[in-house]
Amino acid sequence: MRSMFELAESDDNVILLTADLGFGVFEEFSEKFPQQFLNVGVSEQNTIGIASGLALEGRTIFIYSIGNFPTLRCLEHIRNDACYHNLNINIVASGGGFSYGALGMSHHATEDIAIIRALPGTSVLVPGTQEESRCATKLLGSTEGVGYLRLDKSTAQEMPDRVVKIGNAQRYREGDAVTLLCAGGILQEALDAADSLAKENIKCRVLSVFSVKPIDKNEIILACEETGGVITLEEHNVYGGLAGAVSEACMLSNIWPKKFLSMSLNDSYSSIVGSQGYLREYYKLDKNAIITNVKDLL
Amino acid sequence: MKNKITTTELARRIRVDAIKMVNRGGSSHIGSVLSIADILAVLYGEVLQFDTKNPKWDKRDRFILSKGHAGAGVYAALAETGFFDVERLQEHCQNGSVFSGHVSHIGIPGVELSTGSLGHGLPVAAGLAYAGKLDKRGHKVFVVMSDGECDEGSNWEAALFAAHHNLDNLVSIIDRNYLQSMTTTENTLRLEPLDEKWKAFGWEVVTVDGHDHDELKEALQTGSHGRPKCIIAKTIKGKGVSYMENKVEWHYRTPLGKDFEIALKELEIIE
Repeated sequence: MRSMFELAESDDNVILLTADLGFGVFEEFSEKFPQQFLNVGVSEQNTIGIASGLALEGRTIFIYSIGNFPTLRCLEHIRNDACYHNLNINIVASGGGFSYGALGMSHHATEDIAIIRALPGTSVLVPGTQEESRCATKLLGSTEGVGYLRLDKSTAQEMPDRVVKIGNAQRYREGDAVTLLCAGGILQEALDAADSLAKENIKCRVLSVFSVKPIDKNEIILACEETGGVITLEEHNVYGGLAGAVSEACMLSNIWPKKFLSMSLNDSYSSIVGSQGYLREYYKLDKNAIITNVKDLL
Repeated sequence: MKNKITTTELARRIRVDAIKMVNRGGSSHIGSVLSIADILAVLYGEVLQFDTKNPKWDKRDRFILSKGHAGAGVYAALAETGFFDVERLQEHCQNGSVFSGHVSHIGIPGVELSTGSLGHGLPVAAGLAYAGKLDKRGHKVFVVMSDGECDEGSNWEAALFAAHHNLDNLVSIIDRNYLQSMTTTENTLRLEPLDEKWKAFGWEVVTVDGHDHDELKEALQTGSHGRPKCIIAKTIKGKGVSYMENKVEWHYRTPLGKDFEIALKELEIIE
Protein backbone atom coordinates (compact mmCIF):
# COMPACT_ATOMS: atom_id res chain seq x y z
CA MET A 1 0.00 0.00 0.00
CA ARG A 2 2.91 2.32 0.73
CA SER A 3 3.99 2.06 -2.91
CA MET A 4 0.44 2.84 -4.02
CA PHE A 5 0.45 6.02 -1.94
CA GLU A 6 3.78 7.07 -3.39
CA LEU A 7 2.63 6.35 -6.92
CA ALA A 8 -0.65 8.21 -6.54
CA GLU A 9 1.12 11.14 -4.94
CA SER A 10 3.67 11.45 -7.71
CA ASP A 11 1.27 10.95 -10.62
CA ASP A 12 -2.36 12.03 -10.57
CA ASN A 13 -2.99 9.87 -13.64
CA VAL A 14 -2.75 6.82 -11.41
CA ILE A 15 -6.15 5.46 -10.44
CA LEU A 16 -6.82 2.60 -8.06
CA LEU A 17 -9.89 0.50 -8.71
CA THR A 18 -11.36 -2.17 -6.52
CA ALA A 19 -14.23 -4.52 -7.14
CA ASP A 20 -15.46 -3.98 -3.58
CA LEU A 21 -12.60 -5.67 -1.77
CA GLY A 22 -10.03 -4.19 0.56
CA PHE A 23 -12.00 -3.26 3.67
CA GLY A 24 -9.64 -1.59 6.12
CA VAL A 25 -6.99 -1.17 3.42
CA PHE A 26 -8.27 1.57 1.14
CA GLU A 27 -10.06 4.01 3.44
CA GLU A 28 -7.03 6.20 3.95
CA PHE A 29 -6.16 6.09 0.27
CA SER A 30 -9.65 7.03 -0.86
CA GLU A 31 -9.74 9.95 1.57
CA LYS A 32 -6.37 11.24 0.48
CA PHE A 33 -6.91 10.70 -3.25
CA PRO A 34 -10.67 10.84 -3.87
CA GLN A 35 -10.18 11.50 -7.59
CA GLN A 36 -7.84 8.53 -7.87
CA PHE A 37 -9.91 5.86 -6.17
CA LEU A 38 -12.95 4.07 -7.44
CA ASN A 39 -14.88 1.19 -5.93
CA VAL A 40 -16.57 -0.23 -8.99
CA GLY A 41 -18.72 -2.63 -7.00
CA VAL A 42 -18.82 -6.41 -7.08
CA SER A 43 -18.50 -6.52 -10.84
CA GLU A 44 -15.23 -7.79 -12.19
CA GLN A 45 -16.16 -7.73 -15.87
CA ASN A 46 -17.28 -4.14 -15.59
CA THR A 47 -14.19 -3.32 -13.56
CA ILE A 48 -11.95 -4.32 -16.45
CA GLY A 49 -14.19 -2.37 -18.84
CA ILE A 50 -14.08 0.77 -16.69
CA ALA A 51 -10.34 0.33 -16.27
CA SER A 52 -9.94 0.03 -20.04
CA GLY A 53 -12.00 3.13 -20.70
CA LEU A 54 -9.93 5.09 -18.19
CA ALA A 55 -6.66 3.73 -19.55
CA LEU A 56 -7.69 4.59 -23.11
CA GLU A 57 -7.94 8.15 -21.82
CA GLY A 58 -4.38 8.02 -20.54
CA ARG A 59 -4.77 6.79 -16.99
CA THR A 60 -2.47 4.27 -15.32
CA ILE A 61 -4.71 1.76 -13.62
CA PHE A 62 -4.26 -0.54 -10.67
CA ILE A 63 -7.04 -2.98 -9.91
CA TYR A 64 -7.09 -4.69 -6.57
CA SER A 65 -8.99 -7.84 -5.80
CA ILE A 66 -8.61 -11.37 -4.48
CA GLY A 67 -7.07 -14.28 -6.34
CA ASN A 68 -9.27 -15.53 -9.12
CA PHE A 69 -11.79 -12.72 -9.17
CA PRO A 70 -9.86 -10.09 -11.14
CA THR A 71 -8.32 -12.68 -13.46
CA LEU A 72 -10.37 -15.76 -14.27
CA ARG A 73 -13.79 -14.18 -13.79
CA CYS A 74 -13.16 -11.49 -16.35
CA LEU A 75 -10.46 -13.09 -18.45
CA GLU A 76 -11.87 -12.24 -21.85
CA HIS A 77 -12.31 -8.62 -20.84
CA ILE A 78 -8.64 -8.55 -19.88
CA ARG A 79 -7.73 -10.16 -23.19
CA ASN A 80 -9.85 -8.12 -25.58
CA ASP A 81 -10.16 -4.77 -23.84
CA ALA A 82 -6.95 -4.40 -21.86
CA CYS A 83 -4.34 -6.55 -23.64
CA TYR A 84 -5.35 -6.05 -27.27
CA HIS A 85 -5.41 -2.29 -26.73
CA ASN A 86 -2.05 -2.45 -24.93
CA LEU A 87 -3.33 -0.49 -21.94
CA ASN A 88 -1.43 0.25 -18.76
CA ILE A 89 -3.69 -1.79 -16.51
CA ASN A 90 -2.18 -3.60 -13.58
CA ILE A 91 -4.07 -6.28 -11.75
CA VAL A 92 -3.02 -6.76 -8.18
CA ALA A 93 -4.37 -9.97 -6.72
CA SER A 94 -3.94 -10.77 -3.10
CA GLY A 95 -4.25 -14.37 -2.06
CA GLY A 96 -1.84 -16.10 -4.43
CA GLY A 97 -1.82 -19.89 -4.15
CA PHE A 98 -3.09 -21.11 -0.80
CA SER A 99 -2.97 -17.71 0.96
CA TYR A 100 -6.67 -18.08 1.67
CA GLY A 101 -6.31 -21.80 2.25
CA ALA A 102 -9.12 -22.13 4.74
CA LEU A 103 -11.65 -20.34 2.54
CA GLY A 104 -11.90 -23.15 0.04
CA MET A 105 -11.36 -23.91 -3.58
CA SER A 106 -13.00 -20.69 -4.86
CA HIS A 107 -10.25 -18.73 -3.09
CA HIS A 108 -7.30 -20.93 -4.03
CA ALA A 109 -5.51 -19.13 -6.86
CA THR A 110 -3.70 -22.00 -8.47
CA GLU A 111 -4.05 -21.48 -12.22
CA ASP A 112 -3.70 -17.71 -12.42
CA ILE A 113 -0.04 -17.55 -13.40
CA ALA A 114 -0.59 -19.88 -16.34
CA ILE A 115 -3.65 -18.07 -17.56
CA ILE A 116 -2.41 -14.51 -17.39
CA ARG A 117 1.01 -15.55 -18.65
CA ALA A 118 -0.64 -16.93 -21.79
CA LEU A 119 -2.01 -13.52 -22.78
CA PRO A 120 0.30 -11.71 -25.22
CA GLY A 121 2.13 -8.69 -23.87
CA THR A 122 1.50 -9.28 -20.18
CA SER A 123 4.02 -9.05 -17.36
CA VAL A 124 3.54 -11.51 -14.50
CA LEU A 125 5.21 -10.69 -11.21
CA VAL A 126 5.16 -13.12 -8.29
CA PRO A 127 7.13 -11.59 -5.43
CA GLY A 128 8.65 -13.83 -2.82
CA THR A 129 9.66 -11.11 -0.37
CA GLN A 130 8.18 -7.89 0.95
CA GLU A 131 10.81 -5.83 -0.76
CA GLU A 132 10.02 -7.50 -4.09
CA SER A 133 6.33 -6.75 -3.54
CA ARG A 134 7.08 -3.14 -2.77
CA CYS A 135 9.14 -2.72 -5.93
CA ALA A 136 6.60 -4.55 -8.09
CA THR A 137 3.90 -1.89 -7.82
CA LYS A 138 6.18 0.87 -9.08
CA LEU A 139 7.66 -1.30 -11.80
CA LEU A 140 4.24 -2.14 -13.19
CA GLY A 141 3.11 1.47 -13.04
CA SER A 142 5.90 2.47 -15.36
CA THR A 143 5.60 -0.52 -17.70
CA GLU A 144 3.30 -0.43 -20.69
CA GLY A 145 0.73 -3.13 -21.15
CA VAL A 146 -1.13 -5.34 -18.75
CA GLY A 147 0.64 -6.34 -15.57
CA TYR A 148 -0.30 -9.00 -13.09
CA LEU A 149 0.99 -8.83 -9.55
CA ARG A 150 0.32 -11.95 -7.53
CA LEU A 151 0.63 -11.19 -3.87
CA ASP A 152 1.04 -13.82 -1.23
CA LYS A 153 -0.01 -13.74 2.38
CA SER A 154 3.36 -15.11 3.42
CA THR A 155 6.58 -13.53 2.29
CA ALA A 156 10.16 -14.49 2.93
CA GLN A 157 12.20 -12.18 5.12
CA GLU A 158 15.09 -11.50 2.80
CA MET A 159 16.53 -8.42 1.15
CA PRO A 160 17.52 -8.70 -2.49
CA ASP A 161 21.09 -7.85 -3.30
CA ARG A 162 20.52 -6.76 -6.87
CA VAL A 163 18.07 -4.38 -8.39
CA VAL A 164 14.53 -5.73 -8.42
CA LYS A 165 13.31 -5.32 -11.94
CA ILE A 166 11.01 -6.94 -14.42
CA GLY A 167 12.88 -9.81 -16.05
CA ASN A 168 15.21 -10.40 -13.09
CA ALA A 169 15.15 -13.34 -10.73
CA GLN A 170 16.69 -12.82 -7.31
CA ARG A 171 19.29 -15.14 -5.84
CA TYR A 172 19.03 -15.60 -2.09
CA ARG A 173 21.33 -18.60 -1.56
CA GLU A 174 24.38 -19.69 -3.48
CA GLY A 175 25.17 -23.31 -4.25
CA ASP A 176 25.68 -25.83 -7.02
CA ALA A 177 23.98 -28.99 -5.77
CA VAL A 178 20.48 -28.15 -6.98
CA THR A 179 18.76 -24.90 -7.92
CA LEU A 180 15.45 -24.21 -6.25
CA LEU A 181 13.38 -21.81 -8.39
CA CYS A 182 10.46 -20.40 -6.42
CA ALA A 183 7.37 -18.38 -7.23
CA GLY A 184 5.90 -16.45 -4.32
CA GLY A 185 6.20 -16.56 -0.57
CA ILE A 186 6.85 -20.29 -0.72
CA LEU A 187 10.41 -19.07 -1.21
CA GLN A 188 10.70 -19.25 2.60
CA GLU A 189 10.20 -23.03 2.50
CA ALA A 190 13.02 -23.30 -0.01
CA LEU A 191 15.30 -21.08 2.05
CA ASP A 192 14.60 -23.14 5.18
CA ALA A 193 15.26 -26.35 3.26
CA ALA A 194 18.46 -24.95 1.77
CA ASP A 195 19.69 -23.84 5.19
CA SER A 196 19.04 -27.31 6.64
CA LEU A 197 20.69 -29.03 3.68
CA ALA A 198 23.69 -26.74 3.99
CA LYS A 199 24.36 -28.25 7.39
CA GLU A 200 24.75 -31.59 5.61
CA ASN A 201 27.02 -29.86 3.14
CA ILE A 202 24.44 -29.93 0.36
CA LYS A 203 24.47 -26.42 -0.99
CA CYS A 204 21.43 -25.37 -2.96
CA ARG A 205 21.06 -22.25 -5.03
CA VAL A 206 17.75 -20.57 -4.22
CA LEU A 207 16.09 -18.04 -6.49
CA SER A 208 12.90 -16.11 -6.29
CA VAL A 209 11.53 -15.98 -9.81
CA PHE A 210 9.98 -12.63 -9.08
CA SER A 211 9.29 -12.05 -12.75
CA VAL A 212 7.69 -15.18 -14.17
CA LYS A 213 7.04 -13.27 -17.38
CA PRO A 214 9.33 -12.11 -18.79
CA ILE A 215 11.47 -14.76 -17.14
CA ASP A 216 15.15 -14.47 -16.34
CA LYS A 217 16.54 -16.83 -18.97
CA ASN A 218 20.08 -16.08 -17.97
CA GLU A 219 19.60 -17.35 -14.42
CA ILE A 220 17.83 -20.44 -15.71
CA ILE A 221 20.65 -21.20 -18.11
CA LEU A 222 23.18 -20.76 -15.31
CA ALA A 223 21.13 -23.09 -13.11
CA CYS A 224 21.17 -25.71 -15.85
CA GLU A 225 24.86 -25.35 -16.54
CA GLU A 226 26.25 -24.85 -13.07
CA THR A 227 24.06 -26.92 -10.76
CA GLY A 228 23.10 -30.56 -10.49
CA GLY A 229 19.44 -30.06 -11.28
CA VAL A 230 16.50 -27.71 -11.13
CA ILE A 231 13.44 -27.90 -8.90
CA THR A 232 10.59 -25.47 -9.42
CA LEU A 233 8.40 -24.70 -6.43
CA GLU A 234 5.01 -23.00 -6.58
CA GLU A 235 1.52 -23.04 -5.12
CA HIS A 236 0.08 -23.51 -8.56
CA ASN A 237 -1.04 -26.23 -10.88
CA VAL A 238 1.74 -28.17 -12.57
CA TYR A 239 0.70 -26.85 -15.98
CA GLY A 240 1.62 -23.43 -17.23
CA GLY A 241 2.95 -21.81 -14.09
CA LEU A 242 6.56 -21.55 -13.02
CA ALA A 243 7.34 -25.12 -14.09
CA GLY A 244 5.93 -24.38 -17.51
CA ALA A 245 7.74 -21.07 -17.83
CA VAL A 246 11.08 -22.61 -16.82
CA SER A 247 10.59 -25.60 -19.13
CA GLU A 248 9.82 -23.32 -22.06
CA ALA A 249 12.81 -21.11 -21.30
CA CYS A 250 15.08 -24.18 -21.32
CA MET A 251 13.70 -25.77 -24.46
CA LEU A 252 13.62 -22.51 -26.38
CA SER A 253 17.26 -21.92 -25.41
CA ASN A 254 18.23 -25.51 -26.27
CA ILE A 255 19.64 -25.93 -22.79
CA TRP A 256 18.21 -28.24 -20.18
CA PRO A 257 18.84 -29.06 -16.57
CA LYS A 258 20.69 -32.24 -15.64
CA LYS A 259 17.61 -33.22 -13.67
CA PHE A 260 14.24 -31.51 -13.29
CA LEU A 261 11.37 -31.72 -10.86
CA SER A 262 8.21 -29.63 -10.57
CA MET A 263 6.87 -29.23 -7.05
CA SER A 264 3.34 -28.05 -7.68
CA LEU A 265 -0.25 -29.26 -7.64
CA ASN A 266 -0.77 -32.41 -9.63
CA ASP A 267 -3.51 -31.12 -11.93
CA SER A 268 -6.07 -31.01 -9.15
CA TYR A 269 -8.18 -28.69 -7.04
CA SER A 270 -7.95 -28.78 -3.30
CA SER A 271 -11.16 -29.78 -1.59
CA ILE A 272 -9.12 -29.94 1.61
CA VAL A 273 -8.86 -26.64 3.45
CA GLY A 274 -6.43 -25.36 6.02
CA SER A 275 -3.79 -22.75 6.65
CA GLN A 276 -1.27 -21.98 3.94
CA GLY A 277 1.35 -23.86 5.96
CA TYR A 278 -0.91 -26.86 6.42
CA LEU A 279 -1.73 -27.08 2.73
CA ARG A 280 1.92 -26.79 1.75
CA GLU A 281 2.60 -29.78 3.95
CA TYR A 282 -0.44 -31.66 2.70
CA TYR A 283 0.57 -31.20 -0.94
CA LYS A 284 4.24 -31.83 -0.20
CA LEU A 285 5.41 -28.34 -1.04
CA ASP A 286 6.97 -27.64 2.33
CA LYS A 287 10.51 -27.55 3.63
CA ASN A 288 10.65 -31.28 4.45
CA ALA A 289 9.34 -32.28 1.04
CA ILE A 290 11.95 -30.06 -0.59
CA ILE A 291 14.75 -31.67 1.44
CA THR A 292 13.56 -35.12 0.42
CA ASN A 293 13.27 -34.14 -3.23
CA VAL A 294 16.71 -32.54 -3.33
CA LYS A 295 18.27 -35.69 -1.88
CA ASP A 296 16.36 -37.91 -4.30
CA LEU A 297 17.44 -35.78 -7.21
CA LEU A 298 21.12 -35.90 -6.32
CA MET B 1 -13.88 16.61 -42.53
CA LYS B 2 -17.42 15.44 -43.07
CA ASN B 3 -18.61 15.06 -46.63
CA LYS B 4 -21.49 17.30 -47.54
CA ILE B 5 -24.01 14.57 -48.12
CA THR B 6 -27.31 13.98 -46.42
CA THR B 7 -27.61 11.35 -43.74
CA THR B 8 -30.02 9.54 -46.07
CA GLU B 9 -27.34 9.32 -48.72
CA LEU B 10 -24.74 8.34 -46.12
CA ALA B 11 -26.99 5.53 -44.90
CA ARG B 12 -27.47 4.33 -48.46
CA ARG B 13 -23.73 4.35 -49.09
CA ILE B 14 -23.07 2.46 -45.85
CA ARG B 15 -25.55 -0.20 -46.96
CA VAL B 16 -24.09 -0.48 -50.45
CA ASP B 17 -20.49 -0.53 -49.19
CA ALA B 18 -21.32 -3.17 -46.60
CA ILE B 19 -23.09 -5.42 -49.09
CA LYS B 20 -20.09 -5.22 -51.41
CA MET B 21 -17.73 -5.89 -48.52
CA VAL B 22 -19.47 -9.01 -47.26
CA ASN B 23 -19.97 -10.23 -50.82
CA ARG B 24 -16.30 -9.84 -51.64
CA GLY B 25 -15.12 -11.13 -48.28
CA GLY B 26 -17.61 -14.00 -48.15
CA SER B 27 -18.48 -12.87 -44.66
CA SER B 28 -21.60 -12.69 -42.51
CA HIS B 29 -23.74 -10.35 -40.43
CA ILE B 30 -25.06 -8.19 -43.26
CA GLY B 31 -28.51 -8.15 -41.62
CA SER B 32 -26.97 -6.64 -38.49
CA VAL B 33 -25.19 -3.94 -40.50
CA LEU B 34 -28.31 -2.96 -42.44
CA SER B 35 -30.18 -2.77 -39.15
CA ILE B 36 -27.90 0.01 -37.83
CA ALA B 37 -27.01 1.78 -41.08
CA ASP B 38 -29.36 4.67 -40.30
CA ILE B 39 -28.09 4.98 -36.74
CA LEU B 40 -24.50 5.10 -37.99
CA ALA B 41 -25.41 7.61 -40.70
CA VAL B 42 -27.04 10.00 -38.24
CA LEU B 43 -24.17 9.61 -35.79
CA TYR B 44 -21.38 10.12 -38.32
CA GLY B 45 -23.32 12.54 -40.51
CA GLU B 46 -24.84 14.87 -37.93
CA VAL B 47 -24.07 14.08 -34.33
CA LEU B 48 -20.51 12.97 -33.61
CA GLN B 49 -17.84 15.64 -33.30
CA PHE B 50 -14.63 14.44 -34.90
CA ASP B 51 -11.71 15.52 -37.04
CA THR B 52 -10.78 13.06 -39.76
CA LYS B 53 -7.34 14.69 -40.02
CA ASN B 54 -6.78 14.17 -36.31
CA PRO B 55 -8.67 11.03 -35.29
CA LYS B 56 -7.29 11.22 -31.74
CA TRP B 57 -8.40 14.85 -31.21
CA ASP B 58 -9.00 14.93 -27.45
CA LYS B 59 -12.37 16.68 -27.64
CA ARG B 60 -13.83 14.26 -30.17
CA ASP B 61 -16.93 12.33 -29.25
CA ARG B 62 -16.10 8.71 -28.62
CA PHE B 63 -18.02 6.04 -30.51
CA ILE B 64 -17.98 2.34 -29.72
CA LEU B 65 -19.69 -0.37 -31.69
CA SER B 66 -20.35 -2.99 -29.07
CA LYS B 67 -22.04 -5.31 -31.56
CA GLY B 68 -18.68 -5.71 -33.28
CA HIS B 69 -20.07 -8.16 -35.84
CA ALA B 70 -21.58 -5.16 -37.63
CA GLY B 71 -18.10 -3.72 -38.08
CA ALA B 72 -18.49 -3.45 -41.85
CA GLY B 73 -20.97 -0.65 -41.19
CA VAL B 74 -18.50 1.31 -39.09
CA TYR B 75 -15.69 0.83 -41.61
CA ALA B 76 -18.04 2.10 -44.31
CA ALA B 77 -19.14 5.10 -42.21
CA LEU B 78 -15.52 5.99 -41.46
CA ALA B 79 -14.52 5.72 -45.11
CA GLU B 80 -17.51 7.68 -46.37
CA THR B 81 -16.87 10.48 -43.88
CA GLY B 82 -13.22 10.76 -44.86
CA PHE B 83 -11.16 8.90 -42.24
CA PHE B 84 -9.61 6.83 -45.03
CA ASP B 85 -10.07 6.06 -48.69
CA VAL B 86 -13.29 4.23 -49.59
CA GLU B 87 -11.17 1.96 -51.81
CA ARG B 88 -9.67 0.43 -48.68
CA LEU B 89 -13.03 -1.17 -47.89
CA GLN B 90 -12.16 -3.74 -50.55
CA GLU B 91 -9.65 -5.17 -48.10
CA HIS B 92 -12.44 -6.28 -45.75
CA CYS B 93 -11.96 -9.91 -44.69
CA GLN B 94 -9.22 -10.45 -47.28
CA ASN B 95 -6.05 -12.37 -46.47
CA GLY B 96 -3.57 -10.11 -44.71
CA SER B 97 -6.09 -7.32 -44.13
CA VAL B 98 -6.57 -5.39 -40.89
CA PHE B 99 -10.27 -4.98 -41.73
CA SER B 100 -11.53 -7.94 -39.73
CA GLY B 101 -15.13 -9.06 -39.76
CA HIS B 102 -15.47 -7.83 -36.20
CA VAL B 103 -14.39 -4.24 -35.80
CA SER B 104 -10.71 -3.72 -34.98
CA HIS B 105 -8.83 -0.54 -34.11
CA ILE B 106 -5.30 -1.44 -35.13
CA GLY B 107 -4.35 0.26 -38.38
CA ILE B 108 -7.81 1.76 -38.92
CA PRO B 109 -8.15 5.46 -38.09
CA GLY B 110 -11.34 6.38 -36.26
CA VAL B 111 -12.03 3.08 -34.53
CA GLU B 112 -11.91 3.61 -30.76
CA LEU B 113 -12.30 0.04 -29.59
CA SER B 114 -12.00 -3.42 -31.05
CA THR B 115 -15.00 -5.53 -30.24
CA GLY B 116 -16.53 -8.79 -31.38
CA SER B 117 -17.38 -10.50 -28.14
CA LEU B 118 -20.63 -9.10 -26.82
CA GLY B 119 -20.95 -7.28 -23.52
CA HIS B 120 -17.65 -5.39 -23.78
CA GLY B 121 -18.67 -2.08 -25.32
CA LEU B 122 -20.82 -0.59 -22.59
CA PRO B 123 -18.37 -1.20 -19.71
CA VAL B 124 -15.53 0.40 -21.68
CA ALA B 125 -17.81 3.24 -22.78
CA ALA B 126 -18.72 3.84 -19.14
CA GLY B 127 -15.00 4.04 -18.34
CA LEU B 128 -14.50 6.54 -21.17
CA ALA B 129 -17.43 8.57 -19.89
CA TYR B 130 -16.12 8.50 -16.32
CA ALA B 131 -12.74 9.74 -17.59
CA GLY B 132 -14.58 12.40 -19.60
CA LYS B 133 -16.14 13.66 -16.38
CA LEU B 134 -12.79 13.69 -14.60
CA ASP B 135 -11.20 15.56 -17.49
CA LYS B 136 -14.15 17.96 -17.92
CA ARG B 137 -13.66 17.92 -21.68
CA GLY B 138 -17.35 18.02 -22.49
CA HIS B 139 -17.35 15.38 -25.20
CA LYS B 140 -19.86 12.54 -25.29
CA VAL B 141 -19.52 8.79 -25.49
CA PHE B 142 -21.88 6.84 -27.74
CA VAL B 143 -22.17 3.09 -27.85
CA VAL B 144 -24.31 1.00 -30.20
CA MET B 145 -25.42 -2.30 -28.74
CA SER B 146 -27.54 -5.10 -30.08
CA ASP B 147 -30.73 -6.11 -28.32
CA GLY B 148 -29.61 -9.72 -28.04
CA GLU B 149 -26.51 -8.39 -26.35
CA CYS B 150 -28.67 -7.34 -23.41
CA ASP B 151 -28.45 -11.01 -22.38
CA GLU B 152 -24.88 -10.31 -21.26
CA GLY B 153 -24.56 -9.61 -17.54
CA SER B 154 -21.60 -7.28 -17.96
CA ASN B 155 -23.90 -4.72 -19.59
CA TRP B 156 -26.06 -4.61 -16.51
CA GLU B 157 -23.00 -4.18 -14.32
CA ALA B 158 -22.05 -1.20 -16.47
CA ALA B 159 -25.64 0.08 -16.43
CA LEU B 160 -25.55 0.19 -12.62
CA PHE B 161 -22.18 1.95 -12.70
CA ALA B 162 -23.18 4.59 -15.25
CA ALA B 163 -26.36 5.50 -13.38
CA HIS B 164 -24.63 5.51 -9.99
CA HIS B 165 -22.06 7.98 -11.31
CA ASN B 166 -24.64 10.08 -13.19
CA LEU B 167 -22.80 9.70 -16.48
CA ASP B 168 -25.01 11.98 -18.54
CA ASN B 169 -22.24 12.11 -21.15
CA LEU B 170 -22.95 8.47 -22.03
CA VAL B 171 -25.52 7.42 -24.60
CA SER B 172 -26.26 3.82 -25.48
CA ILE B 173 -28.27 3.06 -28.57
CA ILE B 174 -29.88 -0.36 -28.60
CA ASP B 175 -30.50 -1.81 -32.04
CA ARG B 176 -33.92 -3.23 -31.20
CA ASN B 177 -34.62 -5.50 -34.16
CA TYR B 178 -35.99 -8.32 -32.02
CA LEU B 179 -33.82 -10.93 -33.71
CA GLN B 180 -30.74 -12.60 -32.32
CA SER B 181 -28.55 -15.46 -33.36
CA MET B 182 -31.11 -18.27 -33.50
CA THR B 183 -34.57 -16.76 -33.24
CA THR B 184 -36.34 -13.76 -31.72
CA THR B 185 -35.07 -12.10 -28.59
CA GLU B 186 -38.37 -12.82 -26.87
CA ASN B 187 -38.15 -16.53 -27.64
CA THR B 188 -34.54 -16.68 -26.47
CA LEU B 189 -34.41 -14.77 -23.21
CA ARG B 190 -37.32 -12.40 -22.81
CA LEU B 191 -36.16 -8.76 -22.77
CA GLU B 192 -39.50 -6.95 -22.62
CA PRO B 193 -40.32 -4.63 -21.06
CA LEU B 194 -36.83 -3.49 -22.10
CA ASP B 195 -37.45 0.22 -21.59
CA GLU B 196 -38.68 -0.40 -18.04
CA LYS B 197 -35.54 -2.39 -17.28
CA TRP B 198 -33.25 0.46 -18.30
CA LYS B 199 -35.44 2.96 -16.47
CA ALA B 200 -35.27 0.81 -13.36
CA PHE B 201 -31.49 0.90 -13.63
CA GLY B 202 -31.65 4.70 -13.48
CA TRP B 203 -31.28 5.59 -17.14
CA GLU B 204 -33.15 8.14 -19.19
CA VAL B 205 -34.92 6.05 -21.81
CA VAL B 206 -36.40 7.06 -25.14
CA THR B 207 -37.78 4.81 -27.81
CA VAL B 208 -37.49 5.87 -31.44
CA ASP B 209 -37.92 4.54 -34.95
CA GLY B 210 -34.34 3.49 -35.67
CA HIS B 211 -34.74 4.24 -39.36
CA ASP B 212 -36.20 7.73 -38.91
CA HIS B 213 -33.30 10.15 -39.07
CA ASP B 214 -35.14 13.07 -37.48
CA GLU B 215 -36.22 10.99 -34.51
CA LEU B 216 -32.74 9.55 -34.11
CA LYS B 217 -31.11 12.96 -34.33
CA GLU B 218 -33.38 14.45 -31.74
CA ALA B 219 -32.91 11.54 -29.35
CA LEU B 220 -29.14 11.64 -29.79
CA GLN B 221 -28.86 15.38 -29.24
CA THR B 222 -31.26 16.17 -26.43
CA GLY B 223 -30.23 16.10 -22.79
CA SER B 224 -30.90 13.35 -20.30
CA HIS B 225 -31.64 15.07 -16.96
CA GLY B 226 -28.27 14.23 -15.48
CA ARG B 227 -28.57 10.55 -16.26
CA PRO B 228 -27.03 8.26 -18.84
CA LYS B 229 -29.33 7.85 -21.80
CA CYS B 230 -30.56 4.67 -23.44
CA ILE B 231 -32.11 5.06 -26.87
CA ILE B 232 -34.11 2.03 -27.86
CA ALA B 233 -34.03 2.26 -31.63
CA LYS B 234 -36.69 0.05 -33.16
CA THR B 235 -35.18 -1.37 -36.29
CA ILE B 236 -35.65 -3.99 -38.94
CA LYS B 237 -32.83 -6.46 -39.28
CA GLY B 238 -31.75 -6.46 -42.94
CA LYS B 239 -33.44 -3.08 -43.56
CA GLY B 240 -33.28 -1.92 -47.17
CA VAL B 241 -32.97 -5.28 -48.90
CA SER B 242 -36.42 -6.82 -49.17
CA TYR B 243 -35.50 -10.48 -48.98
CA MET B 244 -33.24 -9.91 -45.95
CA GLU B 245 -35.69 -7.94 -43.83
CA ASN B 246 -36.62 -9.68 -40.58
CA LYS B 247 -34.90 -12.89 -41.69
CA VAL B 248 -32.62 -14.40 -39.09
CA GLU B 249 -30.62 -16.31 -41.72
CA TRP B 250 -29.10 -13.05 -42.96
CA HIS B 251 -27.20 -12.92 -39.73
CA TYR B 252 -25.03 -15.56 -41.39
CA ARG B 253 -25.52 -15.74 -45.16
CA THR B 254 -23.41 -13.95 -47.73
CA PRO B 255 -25.27 -12.27 -50.59
CA LEU B 256 -23.89 -13.89 -53.74
CA GLY B 257 -24.86 -14.01 -57.44
CA LYS B 258 -28.48 -13.10 -57.98
CA ASP B 259 -28.96 -12.19 -54.33
CA PHE B 260 -26.09 -9.74 -54.58
CA GLU B 261 -27.48 -8.16 -57.74
CA ILE B 262 -30.93 -7.76 -56.26
CA ALA B 263 -29.52 -6.19 -53.12
CA LEU B 264 -27.56 -3.60 -55.09
CA LYS B 265 -30.50 -2.94 -57.39
CA GLU B 266 -32.79 -2.32 -54.46
CA LEU B 267 -30.30 0.17 -53.10
CA GLU B 268 -30.38 1.88 -56.53
CA ILE B 269 -26.87 1.70 -57.73
CA ILE B 270 -26.92 -0.65 -60.70
CA GLU B 271 -29.01 1.38 -63.18
